[in-house]
Amino acid sequence: MNLFTRHCGSSINSAALICACLWLCGCQPQMPETVRSGLVYCSEGSPESFNPQLVTSGTTIDIISQQLYDRLVDIDPDTGSIVAGLASSWQVSADGTHYQFTLRDKVSFHSSSYFTPSRPFTAEDVAFTFNRITDPLHPFHLQGGGIYPYFQSVDWASLVKQVQAVDDHTVVFKLQRPDSSFLSNLTTDFAAILSAEYGAQLLSQGQPGQIDRLPIGTGPFRFREYQKDILVRLYRNNNYWRGNTQPEQLVFDIVPNNARRMAKLFTHECDIVSYPRVAELELIAKRDDVTVQESTSMNVGFWAFNTQKPPFDQLAVRQALGMAINRAAIMQAVYYGHATPAYGILPPTSWAYNEGLPAPVYSPARARALLAEAGYPNGFSMDIWAMPVQRLYNPNALKMAELMQADLAQIGIKANIVSYEWNSFRQKLGNYEHDSVLIGWAADNPDPDNFFRPLLSCAARDSGSNRANWCDPAFDEIISNALLTADQQQRRALYLSAQQYLHQQQPLVAIAHSQRFQAISSSVSGVNINPYGGIALQQARRVTP
Amino acid sequence: MTRYLFRRLFLMAFVFLALSLLAFSLSYLFPGDIVQNISGLRQIDEAQRQQLVSYYQLEHNVLAQYLAFLQRIAHGDWGLSFASQQPLLQEIKLLLPATLELAAYALLLSFIVGIPLGIIAAFKPHNLIGKSISALALVGYSLPIFWWGLLLIMLFSLALGWLPSAGRIGVLYEIPHHSGFILYDILQADVKYRIEALHNALQHLLLPTVVLATFPTTVMIRFVRDAMLNVWEQNYIKTARAKGLSRGQVLYRHGLRNALLPVIRQIGLQFSTLITLAMLTEVIFSWPGIGRWLIDSIYQRNYPAIQAGLLVISTLVIAVNMLTEILHALFNPLARRG
Repeated sequence: MNLFTRHCGSSINSAALICACLWLCGCQPQMPETVRSGLVYCSEGSPESFNPQLVTSGTTIDIISQQLYDRLVDIDPDTGSIVAGLASSWQVSADGTHYQFTLRDKVSFHSSSYFTPSRPFTAEDVAFTFNRITDPLHPFHLQGGGIYPYFQSVDWASLVKQVQAVDDHTVVFKLQRPDSSFLSNLTTDFAAILSAEYGAQLLSQGQPGQIDRLPIGTGPFRFREYQKDILVRLYRNNNYWRGNTQPEQLVFDIVPNNARRMAKLFTHECDIVSYPRVAELELIAKRDDVTVQESTSMNVGFWAFNTQKPPFDQLAVRQALGMAINRAAIMQAVYYGHATPAYGILPPTSWAYNEGLPAPVYSPARARALLAEAGYPNGFSMDIWAMPVQRLYNPNALKMAELMQADLAQIGIKANIVSYEWNSFRQKLGNYEHDSVLIGWAADNPDPDNFFRPLLSCAARDSGSNRANWCDPAFDEIISNALLTADQQQRRALYLSAQQYLHQQQPLVAIAHSQRFQAISSSVSGVNINPYGGIALQQARRVTP
Repeated sequence: MTRYLFRRLFLMAFVFLALSLLAFSLSYLFPGDIVQNISGLRQIDEAQRQQLVSYYQLEHNVLAQYLAFLQRIAHGDWGLSFASQQPLLQEIKLLLPATLELAAYALLLSFIVGIPLGIIAAFKPHNLIGKSISALALVGYSLPIFWWGLLLIMLFSLALGWLPSAGRIGVLYEIPHHSGFILYDILQADVKYRIEALHNALQHLLLPTVVLATFPTTVMIRFVRDAMLNVWEQNYIKTARAKGLSRGQVLYRHGLRNALLPVIRQIGLQFSTLITLAMLTEVIFSWPGIGRWLIDSIYQRNYPAIQAGLLVISTLVIAVNMLTEILHALFNPLARRG
């Protein structure tokens, strides 16, 4: 306290000028509109790129996707149905291989200091966007490495035969085979529409790389500046076709440190904070200047076994491991009660959810019996790989691994916890070097297929993203058949049996479906969280008290 | 004076020689591939490697490599940062002003506060005021800056909500980058909200400046007090007093001038501590300066950045040291002889 008085005391003769100025200005500064209506979103990391086609990280998608771009079709976050976006209507041919979109009129791309559009949005832009992904001769195909992770995970290149601009307002997608998840894939944050005219301008300037750095989209905000590891500044797009964007300015303040992000929320330096730590939610709930938004998110955290490696190739062993885990403790210690226990990989909010799945059993005694049956009466030693990063579906994989380690010791299994830096972790997983791994999946679209094909199909195994290293032709047939039909009843039946099949085979143990949280200053309203992807800030506004 | 300057510059040349040798050897001492460490490039194909090896004279002896290194430094080719793959010199140019600005204000504050308090403490060494100033100076001197900074954030930002906890200016204020000195940039900026931005920037400045100024202020108080007490015992002061000059006159004309001479020198000596503390302050307050950048670089094992950062900061410290020595000599003819 002494120190404090000294500083204040000394300020009297010294910093009197500063103090006076602060006091004077502090009274009621007349804030200019750009500052007053501006919003600050404190993000946990820098964007990797400004083109959603190239990324999968939720951090980047939150910053760029919904703010800068639009998609042909969108998801209604309430009903989960597909609604018009840049395409005002669409028709599907009877055989399901021919999608024709009618595009919206008078949609303009952003004009900024580096690009001024001379024409509105047309079918040419759609063709430009999607051909970039599939056409090796497209001038931008190899830009940024030629890797389009989301589209590769859904096997886009082998599905889409051709994207053709019929006239300015009509674009046709021709598919190799019917795929009932096709429209859902177009609604994802990754299917953002880029400008062909901007691409041509960059080519003639000889700077094609800028297309992913200085973005031009049709979204509610336009890009202003990016200071690496400091901030991303967006301005309102005054010509937005949906109109009605509130904030004149939107700043993504990059604050990787959790505690600091929380402090900035409390000091009102941030209006919205992404992913507050579940452990801190109670602290936030006590304050009346901050509200916590909770929303359902389509995700699942799971424990996958490398089913090609003994002893995990034995069903009894996998079942025994599943029974040895005390989920109640995990739900409490890792998710702090903010998640629902998972019965299968599909979350209960999905229309294809199988209500008939039995609740997971916790029984070390039965687990031991199963192990003995499988020929391991004295247990064995195994590795649990715990992902090194915090994700919604698993906020603390290391802690979870430690809990499981203790549970497994009960049935005589000695578990070692393994972790690597995130990039090498994923790389080694892709090479299937693991015994078992704690990881998860967050859906990009509401289609149930999004939980099956990218996670457990043979194609996913070949591309290294099937964490269970599991390829079962019977299962593959069920989920492929589900794609070939558009009839929802039929599809539902197929997905129910797929879930049943997974329950029997247990290539992975589903653990929890987590809620997504957003801490928001009470003076801000209209923040919408899309359960299938990034945050949308178009409707966000500051309400003057 | 010319001889003195010449001698100083000669000494400085040696210091720089040693510094450049150290910086040069770092590329070889860091783990990893030498070509990567020097260039900062992460992915180097064979053709590029050949080109780089000949550019860096790596096939020649160490002396040739060292000379090539000096040439590159002089030409501003400092290599790339591992983390951002941007030219290091450019990054440093953007960051250094923020650190200098913070350090300069803190130093200024420590003069404005420290000198008067030191004089008061010297005048009344035995009464309550003098003793409490000395006591406070001692406590301030031994305060761990990290704890002190966090304490102030807790109090003024989190509890009272008066001041922001991090950064240089509210992110909603868009100030174009001219000089990198935020207050100057705001005054130069062609924006409508100049006054508000200035107010906001000053609010952001207040806590870091106070935290950073704490240590130099206490040093200043103690130093001024001791120097003043010392000068006050001198015969010429007694003579002046005996001649009938008032206390104030003696203090101003004879005391202060002589007592403050060593203070100038003290600035140079304290500057390296100040820069070290500035790095900590930058980390505490997320101040986008070179200190935070350097600490991040150490975490990321960004070797080219560590090398460049060390070079810049040591050069700065040496230059300031030299400058204050010269200033001191200018004001004090006695020092020139030494």
